[in-house]
Amino acid sequence: MQELDRVVIRFAGDSGDGMQLTGDRFTSVSALFGNDLSTLPDFPAEIRAPAGTLAGVSAFQVHISDHDILTPGDAPNVLIAMNPAALKANIGDLPTGGTLIVNTDSFGERDLAKAGYAANPLEDGSLAGFTVYEVAMTAMTLEAVKPTGAKPRDAERSKNFFALGLVTWLYNRPVDPTLGWIKERFSKNHMVEESNTLAFRAGYNFGETAELFLSTYQVRPAALDPGVYTNINGNTALAWGLVAAGQLAKLPIFLGSYPITPASDILHELSKHKNFGVRTLQAEDEIAGIAAALGASFGGSLGITTTSGPGVDLKSETVGLAISLELPLIVVDIQRGGPSTGLPTKTEQADLLHVMYGRHGEAPVPIVAAKTPSHCFEAAIEAARIALKYRTPVFLLSDGYLANGSEPWKLPDVDSLPDISVDFATEPNHVDEEGNSVFWPYIRDEETLARPWAIPGTPGLEHRIGGIEKADGSGNISYEPANHERMVHLRAAKVAGIAKDIPDAEVDHEDGAELLVLGWGSTYGAIQAAVRRVRARGTKVAHAHLVHLNPLPPNLGDVLSRYSRIIVPEMNLGQLSKMVRAEFLVDARSVTKVQGQPFRAAELESAILEALS
Amino acid sequence: MTDTVPVTTKKDWTSDQEVRWCPGCGDYSILTAMQMLMPELGVRRESTVFISGIGCSSRFPYYMNTYGLHSIHGRAPALATGLALARPDLDVWVITGDGDGLSIGGNHLMHALRRNVNLNIILFNNQIYGLTKGQYSPTSEVGKVTKSTPFGSLDRPFNPISLALGAEATFVARTHDMDRKHMQSTFKRAYEHKGASFIEVYQNCNVFNDGAFEQILSKESRPNNLIPLEHGQPIRFGPDGERGVVLDAKGARIVDVADVGEDKLLVHDEAREDPAVAFMLSRLAHGPYEPTPIGVFRAVETADYGSGMDRQLAEAQERRGPGELSKLLTSGATWTVGAGANGHA
Repeated sequence: MQELDRVVIRFAGDSGDGMQLTGDRFTSVSALFGNDLSTLPDFPAEIRAPAGTLAGVSAFQVHISDHDILTPGDAPNVLIAMNPAALKANIGDLPTGGTLIVNTDSFGERDLAKAGYAANPLEDGSLAGFTVYEVAMTAMTLEAVKPTGAKPRDAERSKNFFALGLVTWLYNRPVDPTLGWIKERFSKNHMVEESNTLAFRAGYNFGETAELFLSTYQVRPAALDPGVYTNINGNTALAWGLVAAGQLAKLPIFLGSYPITPASDILHELSKHKNFGVRTLQAEDEIAGIAAALGASFGGSLGITTTSGPGVDLKSETVGLAISLELPLIVVDIQRGGPSTGLPTKTEQADLLHVMYGRHGEAPVPIVAAKTPSHCFEAAIEAARIALKYRTPVFLLSDGYLANGSEPWKLPDVDSLPDISVDFATEPNHVDEEGNSVFWPYIRDEETLARPWAIPGTPGLEHRIGGIEKADGSGNISYEPANHERMVHLRAAKVAGIAKDIPDAEVDHEDGAELLVLGWGSTYGAIQAAVRRVRARGTKVAHAHLVHLNPLPPNLGDVLSRYSRIIVPEMNLGQLSKMVRAEFLVDARSVTKVQGQPFRAAELESAILEALS
Repeated sequence: MTDTVPVTTKKDWTSDQEVRWCPGCGDYSILTAMQMLMPELGVRRESTVFISGIGCSSRFPYYMNTYGLHSIHGRAPALATGLALARPDLDVWVITGDGDGLSIGGNHLMHALRRNVNLNIILFNNQIYGLTKGQYSPTSEVGKVTKSTPFGSLDRPFNPISLALGAEATFVARTHDMDRKHMQSTFKRAYEHKGASFIEVYQNCNVFNDGAFEQILSKESRPNNLIPLEHGQPIRFGPDGERGVVLDAKGARIVDVADVGEDKLLVHDEAREDPAVAFMLSRLAHGPYEPTPIGVFRAVETADYGSGMDRQLAEAQERRGPGELSKLLTSGATWTVGAGANGHA
């Protein structure tokens, strides 16, 4: 058995081959084993693209290690290719000397033709640079599953469990968690349960007895901080963060949402937690989703809507209404490649300027962005805190990479989470000209500039609000020129003032560093990994990563002024860099990637070195 | 909180805002009907909410001394859905118009009705766009000459009642702005109905579409052109009830009672589960220029959406207990890293 400090494994197959599930299982077992890890699922938008074609290839990459890691790995060390298309689509990423495990049973003439291979790559010498293990997975799966009496077509579907068993053996992972999981997951279909169990065991036993592999490998548990951990992806963490926000605010949460990739899993997850008093409405469209959430906020719930870019387009008018009504609302944007339908299952960070500026009129909205899958939990609570305290819609940004990627998460102590509760108005707050006590919905808190939240059902505070400009204080319709200007400034000042209530930007600084890498959102892991590599070369560099994009942290101008060079890596054409250039008149250089794939640490390492040269 | 609802008068329900509809607008009488109805219902101002979209009708909430929300174009049913689901204790009214509810917001109206959300939706139908100054609307007659259709409009109009019945709305009625008492009693029926109520109000826009309903609503033409729908009664109209409605193989149609005999007349059953007969009644008139049914087309009791949502929440709490955050966070597979240890426990 060989010891490894880390390994990157990529499972690739047809989108019907169950590669996401296989990768997910391997990840869970590795998490339970105690490794640090990071994952990158990568699948097509089509549910079942034509079988065996390049368009239908689905892959799942997992990086496991015995130390703290930050990314799913630049390139796999091991590639499991279930068919020629999966091989063709992924082999380019496998470095020379890498390990390749192929299912030889799917390398028939037709399979090769569908993948566009003129000759069989297993025979033409093109794979000479790799350590290739040829395994007849389908045949062995069929043989193993025979006792269940499953039809060959059905039996073959267990071949992903054969692959999982083999890799489980190869990396000395425990088998019990997977066996237990199979039993639970397929409890309603005994034949499938039995087939998957047999295939998994067959794969494991094949590794052990075939003497094909020279050695097995061990990646020891990582020295993580003491605590209780779970493996979590961004969408689940975000949904749990929203549930937590409701609890911490002592308010019911109401989600109005319309299914859209890659945000739908938040709707699915929140729909499960009705015992927390969570109400979820699958609305007729994106507009109704946010409108229902805003209606619920008017009634004293924490209104939430979840979507991706195309949905943000449709929700913009209602965000404007929420700005005008000054009611709490969380708009979650799980960014994906755009414009238009773009790349539904691929990641991008190109909605920043959209959520920052994409509304008519002067319409400022606070923006919070999560930086890792588990950070989505904290970011959701922070978005809720701002929304409630300042009675404003807040954009919460995540993206496809965070949404589906997972990592071990040290569970927070529930008692240490912040109290984000706010008070509803219960009493009149003004005396009118005739000396009567009345309620004025737009009298502001001097400190926060937030208006009172008076919910229906409160006697004596009946009031009418709407999207038409309101008179400062009374909230009555007003077209008065000076009043409009005052209200525009007040709304802007309220959002700008949140800067006093958010943490300073933290800088991972090194004495003597002249270059600052400024990032936001899901590039955190790749930037930090690149920074470590550069430092390992003895080169000095600093990194700051923004969670609050509007308003920006109060010290950011100072931070930027301390460095002679600034680069801003983003999965867009330079949106944050544009914002900081406009705001601080600094020469922030953009480093961009828009391939629907996260940055690799190596790419950013080069970018940093280039910026320093 | 005291259980006695304070006695109120129309004045209590009138806000301090100056009403800004054009003089002579039909909206005034609808507002009066509503402000007079509220004391009769014996409800609380603080528990009553009016939500509207955009358009002349949608200014309505500003004039009611209740909670009110003047939202954006077409979206009132969606906002109201969220409020009604989150706050089942409130009476939520939606005020909309033919443009707001049937054009830009048609989707939300249709789905609020389909889901049977506990809302009272009142659609002011004046067959014209008023606030944008006189373009044709989705209920305007074919050939309507307006600023945007100088050669006449080409599109066929919606029949709002047919549309609501097509969505299987559980309460569907029509009334008009010339009869305050009828409006008031129809609004009351909507209030009493649990689930989505839809009321079309024929409303005169005296500036851009004056007299649109004159042929059926003028004092002298009403007896001949309004067909009152009364539950359990044969459907008949005319100054002496000499005309009526029969239902036979040709569908629902208007006949002379003398020709068919009284006992052949269709007896109106608003509680009929199948909306098909109500739909046929909604098709009797092709427009407000020939005998038109007025009153309650359909009123059936069935589970409303909010009650279903509340039941699911209650069941989940009963089954799993109230939510506990620490349990949620550990609901997946977990492992423990011990202090000083390098590995899993």
